[in-house]
Amino acid sequence: MTEVKQDFVKFEQVDKSYDGEFLVVKGLDLDIAQGEFLTLLGPSGSGKTTTLMMLAGFETPTNGEIYLDGNPISNIPPYKRGIGMVFQNYALFPHLSVYENLAFPLKVRKTPEEIINEKIKQTLAMVSLSDFSNRMPAQLSGGQQQRVAVARSLVFDPQLVLMDEPLGALDKNLRESMQYELKHIHESLGVTVVYVTHDQSEALTMSNRIAVFNDGYIQQLSNPNDLYETPVNSFVAEFIGENNTITGTVKEISGNRAKVEADTGETVIANPIAVSSVGEKTKMSLRPERVSINPSDLENKFEATVKEIIYHGDHTRVRVNILNDDQFILKIPNSNDEIKLNVEDKVQLGWSGHDCRALDF
Amino acid sequence: MNNPIRTSDGELLSVKLKKAESNKRNIAFLLVMPLLLFILVAYILPISQMLQRSVDNTQMNSLLSETYKVIQDWNGEELPPEEVTKVFYNELKYLAENKLHGKIAVRLNYEKGGFSSLIKKTVRKLDSFDENENILDQFIKVHKRWADIDYWLALKRATVPYHFRKYLASFDMIQDFDGSIKRLEEKKRINVTLWLRTIFVALGVTFCCFLLAYPIAYLLSVLPTRYSNILMICVLLPFWTSLLVRTSSWMVLLQTQGVLNDILVSLNLVSDDNRLELMYNMTGTFIAMTQILLPFMVLPLFSVMKTIQPSLMKAATSMGSTPFNAFRKIYFPLTYPGISAGSILVFVLAIGYYITPALVGGSKGTLISNRIAYHMQSTLDWSYATAMATILLVAVLIVYYIYNKVVGIDNMRLG
Ligand SMILES: Nc1ncnc2c1ncn2[C@@H]1O[C@H](COP(=O)(O)OP(=O)(O)O)[C@@H](O)[C@H]1O
Ligand SMILES: [Mg+2]
Repeated sequence: MTEVKQDFVKFEQVDKSYDGEFLVVKGLDLDIAQGEFLTLLGPSGSGKTTTLMMLAGFETPTNGEIYLDGNPISNIPPYKRGIGMVFQNYALFPHLSVYENLAFPLKVRKTPEEIINEKIKQTLAMVSLSDFSNRMPAQLSGGQQQRVAVARSLVFDPQLVLMDEPLGALDKNLRESMQYELKHIHESLGVTVVYVTHDQSEALTMSNRIAVFNDGYIQQLSNPNDLYETPVNSFVAEFIGENNTITGTVKEISGNRAKVEADTGETVIANPIAVSSVGEKTKMSLRPERVSINPSDLENKFEATVKEIIYHGDHTRVRVNILNDDQFILKIPNSNDEIKLNVEDKVQLGWSGHDCRALDF
Repeated sequence: MNNPIRTSDGELLSVKLKKAESNKRNIAFLLVMPLLLFILVAYILPISQMLQRSVDNTQMNSLLSETYKVIQDWNGEELPPEEVTKVFYNELKYLAENKLHGKIAVRLNYEKGGFSSLIKKTVRKLDSFDENENILDQFIKVHKRWADIDYWLALKRATVPYHFRKYLASFDMIQDFDGSIKRLEEKKRINVTLWLRTIFVALGVTFCCFLLAYPIAYLLSVLPTRYSNILMICVLLPFWTSLLVRTSSWMVLLQTQGVLNDILVSLNLVSDDNRLELMYNMTGTFIAMTQILLPFMVLPLFSVMKTIQPSLMKAATSMGSTPFNAFRKIYFPLTYPGISAGSILVFVLAIGYYITPALVGGSKGTLISNRIAYHMQSTLDWSYATAMATILLVAVLIVYYIYNKVVGIDNMRLG
């Protein structure tokens, strides 16, 4: 086996400004390994599309350089980069049939007719649209159009495929099944995918690694599991998954234990991730499923009042008032039927100091 | 199994649906009613009038109605028999007494030169005719032209209630006495040249408009709104100015002593005693009509280009197509509906254009519409004018028909 290139795509100190006043992307450093499924995740306006467009060649970096397979690409026009793209609105050519849409990139490359036929057959089979090759795009449903767009971006065997919120226009069920389908296509082809989305659950489902964008910076770059379990700052903690926040001031730090005085006066034991000195303000992040009811031996124990109970099928979400915060959420799996709660009940809640991450304020 | 579906109150679904729909239909009909009436009064009636007038010969037919009845049975191989000449003699006498013979003289002269004087001379001698003698012989005695069978054939032809000679004349053709259709002699031909010139100018103007409008429309569709609005106003400005004013300003620009020539001379591109002839010829007609009809090309193109997603071109480029190829294979074909709508609009307007060629065209730049106006206003030969107008109308309908076959009328995007 040849060694996998860790920096198949490399952004080196890339800045981008559209108006000369405001940097949309700031000092971006990012390595993407060959065969990786990397997602750029972030709120709208955080510079994800801009980053993708610079890689595709439709925008030029204001500063810095992008390398593809070791070669700088600033001076290569988009049509010579050989990068497949899927657009949010699919961008299928409305006057061409599905077959002609897929043949377009192959004809440009002067591929012989038989090979074109063969490739299109294979690719359409891959997205389960074998019977649709003579349809016009307008005769397809949204999900089918989306799959044609994916097929078209893959049919000429690009090494790198960029997808800009490709599932954004689909309804929830279709989106979820397409997520799995895309993931399987990626796994079977081994192509490198850079995927843009603002939907965190989509990112968590599909990616090898996720780069969380905000304000033109990458806030955290790691695999889905780490991103969820060990967010490095409060933006990531709040953006990914559900999160309870307790604000306070650091009173004591020793190794991976800190004593934090919450704004209400109680002392909370926390894991100092982004705080280093006594007196710092901090936001502590705690996942709802890390909180237990009536704990026996946890470092943090507080009394709470149940405010709202919402049944969710496989679990129940309970909103409580604790430490003077009535937006505090816990999740109780429904297999656990010993616990019977009613609104306005008083309960003891607890969590370990390790799970309670003290992040930047 | 095959029970028809019924609504909950037991009525047939199809009947019930029809009832519900018929109310809607009646309202819709009431809404279009004023327009229908207007179209009927302002459009269909005048056009059918026009069609009728172009083939109408009923005046002549009614003046010589008895002659018409008998002369139709005459075979036309030798001079007409006595019963025909006798009826004609009686009617001619009646017309002469009522001083109506001048009308038929003029009309008959169209058919055959020399007929007018023949009638006048005959009418003067009508009193000396002896009704018991052979009438034809007496006619021939008055003037020997009556012995020429062509005059009698001309009479036969001139008395039919409907005829198509104006249509033939519109193409510089004439029907000979033996029924064969032949072209007019060379120096009398004028209409065919005008038809060809009209088609040439209409096609040329359409093409020039297309060349000029395409980039403008593209720019309009990609510029941010605040700039595209200004540009749009520039494009529409001509609509807010009277056609006459625009045409006259072209006259100011194009004349030999005009602005354009002055500039060319001052730039030393043209010598002063060799100024360009830009007006009173085809060049003038071409330039002015292109400018005036340009908006009709820009608007449909713009409305189509506005709907083309920019991501299509990006997609094509990302798949390896050069920008030029992406334009040729993707963008351009997507603008076909706009191109065809704009082209048909400009072509149809240009083919019947009147004021501009009349003012800047001179004798070398006039079009068929000017000829129609000439017959309406100067020669007062309305049936000639309406025949040509009808041909123009049919030509436009044919263009629409072909357009519908090739492009499909529902692909037309006008804005
Ligand atoms: N073509 C452009 N011209 C000017 N500003 C732009 C352009 N494209 C994007 N921007 C601005 O850059 C910022 C980042 O946009 P974008 O990269 O599209 O964000 P995202 O895809 O993460 O939603 C936004 O504030 C947006 O307004
Ligand atoms: Mg975006």
